[in-house]
Formats: sequence, structure tokens, C-alpha cells
Amino acid sequence: MAKNKWYDRMITAAFWSAGLFIVLILASIIAYIAVKGISAISLDFILQPPSRAGRAGGISTTIVSTVYLTLMSLLIAVPVGVGSAIYLQEYAHSQSRFGRLVNLIAETLAGIPSIVFGLFGFVFFVVFLDLGWSILSGSLTLAIMILPTITRTAQEAILAVAHEYRENSLALGASRWQTVSRVILPSALPGIVTGIILSIGRAVGETAAIILTAGSSLGMPIAPSDPARTMAVHLYLMAMEGISAERAFGTALLLVILIVIINYLANLSLKRFSQAVR
Amino acid sequence: MKRGPAKKRRSHKESFIEKTLAFSAGLFVMVIAVITIFIFSKGLPVFLQVGWQDFIFDTDWRPTRGIFGIGAMVLGSIAVTVSAMVWAVPLGIATAVFMAEIAPGHIGRMLGSLVELLAGIPSVVYGFVGLLVVVPFIRQHLGGNGLSVLAGAIVLGVMILPTVINISRDAILAVPKEYAEGSLALGASHHQTIARVIIPAARSGIITAIVLGMGRAIGETMAVVMVTGNAPVAPNSILAPVRTMTSNIVLEMGYASGDHQGALFSTGMVLFVFIVALNLVVNRVAKAGGINGKK
Repeated sequence: MAKNKWYDRMITAAFWSAGLFIVLILASIIAYIAVKGISAISLDFILQPPSRAGRAGGISTTIVSTVYLTLMSLLIAVPVGVGSAIYLQEYAHSQSRFGRLVNLIAETLAGIPSIVFGLFGFVFFVVFLDLGWSILSGSLTLAIMILPTITRTAQEAILAVAHEYRENSLALGASRWQTVSRVILPSALPGIVTGIILSIGRAVGETAAIILTAGSSLGMPIAPSDPARTMAVHLYLMAMEGISAERAFGTALLLVILIVIINYLANLSLKRFSQAVR
Repeated sequence: MKRGPAKKRRSHKESFIEKTLAFSAGLFVMVIAVITIFIFSKGLPVFLQVGWQDFIFDTDWRPTRGIFGIGAMVLGSIAVTVSAMVWAVPLGIATAVFMAEIAPGHIGRMLGSLVELLAGIPSVVYGFVGLLVVVPFIRQHLGGNGLSVLAGAIVLGVMILPTVINISRDAILAVPKEYAEGSLALGASHHQTIARVIIPAARSGIITAIVLGMGRAIGETMAVVMVTGNAPVAPNSILAPVRTMTSNIVLEMGYASGDHQGALFSTGMVLFVFIVALNLVVNRVAKAGGINGKK
């Protein structure tokens, strides 16, 4: 009996240390970047454009490029993703043949490596449609990549809306679209927003697909046809070419801060959603 | 009669909206079709010209002379992926069990949001930290120049942890409570219940987690390219530099043209086919293993 107790305690200790180890990995990555990067970050670093290929100056153009690409890709992916979620849940049935096919495709798209999306974006948007290395090519490619997340979270959010809402609205003589737009979407909104926030996180960090479709020009992008270099691509090129360790750390820290904020917001909206549904 | 036109207008509007929504769902089918067509049309010519066996198994890659064998890169991808999984899969499953069964509720939830943060950190940031911390550590303590299979395995392992943990945890949580209660009532200890009842019942979900983690590892590009040295030769030790299929594409797309570019698309095509097949198999496994009451 005593031996058994010791054995049990050791197993419990092993499980606790597994959990602790995960926390340790995350904490040491974030602490390392924060300690090394904090001295690089200043108002000038954020507001000044890079000069001499990133050896001097700030990273303002890469911040603008990141925001520009992310917003453009959301502009494309959110209507399509939410629209198809509404169609599958409210018009067709998600268990219909068509519904299952679309969901299988979404799952497949979610698993495809970003470098393959990069190759596709390059041959289709950059070359075939002749959009060049540009914000437009980059955001169309990104839009396809975030589509699965948006449509899946939107479907789950719509599914969670109580059946009575739907039935009461229809019973009161509202049309299908009136029911969707005035009853279902408002209740599902926080869930849909959570998916959008998670997609922003993915878009901000994406590198492989962007480098092949939006290029790596350091100029300030104005028109959607301009090439662009995002913060993530900038970090990659600076690290690989050993350009400026200090500025690379600064960029990495800004990226991590952005991701922490995005995750916090996603959790917040998820909490609001579970309260709304309840 | 008076309400006729308005009603008609309304039904026109309704059917227009329905068609628009159906079109957006239909876009998914179009997108996957266009991706497949374009990747294949660019990748297939060189692939067939070289011959599929030579292309995949030949380890001679001299693109400037028109010799395209990605065998070394296939081996590189396998070496890095397997060695990442060797440590990350057991740790991930143990963490999932910890979160679902052992930790008090609030600690499990807190760990859950930390794992989400781990999943959100961009791959370039992982590569960057790997390049500046893991690579010098290997160089100083284990030898070689540090850019190696091992560096890739460490960085990639951390990156697949969230996938393995999240999916395994959901599978464990989905096991009906009656199973555990029955086992405990029969006098089994908590740990015996976990090992012999809960994990076997969550088996299909845990397998899905491992396979998807593997897919993630094979497809990862930026972190791997930054820490593995990228020599296009088959690795002969865990400290040797290595180039994966994904690295091959991102390193050479910048300047490749003609058949060389075609060969990079062939590499992408091989990856694409492999990952899609993996996902379809997982889809089947998840459906077959409906014992969790999932799906």
C-alpha cells in the first residue's frame, strides 16, 4: 500500500511538471524577447521609416504594410466566410451533401502549409492575374488562408443561437433574411468577432505566403497595387541577413505585444459570447 | 391585391440574398479547384519529366544544371518532423491529461489560455529565438555549427505543442463521465482510470492530434529555414545541417526561373498532395472513432 502511494505521488508530480514546463517555455520566450527588445522600442522606432535596408531608422512602413494587408484580407474574407456560414446553417443544412463538402474543403484549406498558399498566390494572383507583388495579391492570398477560421467560428456561433429565437421570429411573420439579419446575427456577433480577432493574429504573423505574394519592398504602400514588406517579413530578412540585431529584437517584441493584445481581446469577446448565449 | 407587388419585391430580395449567400459558400469549391489546378499545372511538367521516383528519391539537387532530385529534402523533412515529434507528442499528451484530469479547474483554464498564446506567436519569432538561443547553445555544448536537425526539432516541437495539446484535451474532455465513474467505483485508482479507461476512450482524438501536429511540422517553413542550416544534402547525424522541402521553396523562389521554378512548384505539389491526403485520412479516423460521442 505504501509503495502504491509513492508511485501515485510520483505520477502526479510528473504531470504537474509537464504543465509547468509548458509555462516555462512560453515565459522564457516572452521574457527573452522583452528583455532584449525593450531598449530598441521608442516612438521614433515606430514612427520613422527604415533607412539603409533596415540598418537605421524605424519600422513605420512595415507596420503600415502589416495593418494594410490585414485589413484588406479581412475585407475580403469576412463577407465570404460569414456569408457561407449563414448559408450552411440557415438555408442549406450543414449536414447536407453540399454543406459537408464545403466543411471538408474548409478543413483541408486549414491544413495546407502557408508556403503552398504562397506558391499558389504567386502563380495565380501575381503572375496569371498580373497583379504583381502587391498588397492586393498578398491580401487575396491571406484571405483564403483565414477563410476556414472565420467560417468555422461563425458557424459555431450561429449554431449556438437558441432555436426559440429563430422560431419565434419566423412565427411573428418575419422573413428568413429578416430573421437572420435582425435576430440571429446580433446574438451570434460576439462569436463571429472572436473568429475575426483570431484571424487577425494569423494574418499579422504570416510570413511565407506574404513574401511570395506581396514582395519585400521597404517603401510606404499607398495603393493596393504597391508592393509591401510586413513586420514579420522584415524580421525574417533582418535575422537571416544579420542586418541589425537590435532592430530585429524591437520588431519581434512589437509582434509579440500585438499577439498578446489580440489574444486578450479574443478571450474577452469569447467570454462575452458565452454570457450572451447563456 | 394591394399587398401583391410588395410581397413580390420581398421574395425577389429574399431569393437574391439566398443566391448571394450560396455563391459565397460555392466560392470554397472554386478556391480549392483553382488552387489544385494552378499548383498542378506549374508543378506537374517537371515532375513527370524527371519521373516521380527520381524526383522524390534522388538526392541530387543541382537546379542550375537541370538536375532535380528532392530526396535529400524529403529525408530532411522527415528527420526534423520525427525528431520534433519524439519529444513534443509525449509532453503534449501529458499536458493535455494534466489540464483535463489532474489540475484544478482554474489552473487548467489558465494553462489553456497560455497554450493559445503559444499557438499565436508567429513562426518567424520562434525561428528568431531559435537562431539566437538554441543554435548557439548547440554549437557551444554539443558541437557542429549549431544549425542542425536538432535545432529544428527543438523549435518545431514547441510549435506543434499547441496543436497536440488542444486536440488531445478536447478528446479527453469528451469522454463520458460515466466511464471514469464506473472505473473508480470498481476500485481502480485515479491514475489507473486515466491510463486504462480515459486515454483508450479518447484514442481517436489523440491520434488526430498527433497526425495534425505532424502535418503542421511538415508544412512549417519560416522557423525551420532559420535554424537548420539548409544544406541540400541528406543529414547523417542529428547535429548535421539539413534542408526541408518547405525551406527549399522559400530559399530559391526568389531567383528561380524556368524549369528550376517548375521544380519548386513540383516540391510544393508533393507537399500539397501529402497534406491533403493526411487530412482526408484524419477526417475518416475521426468519423470512425465516434466512440467518444464526438461528431
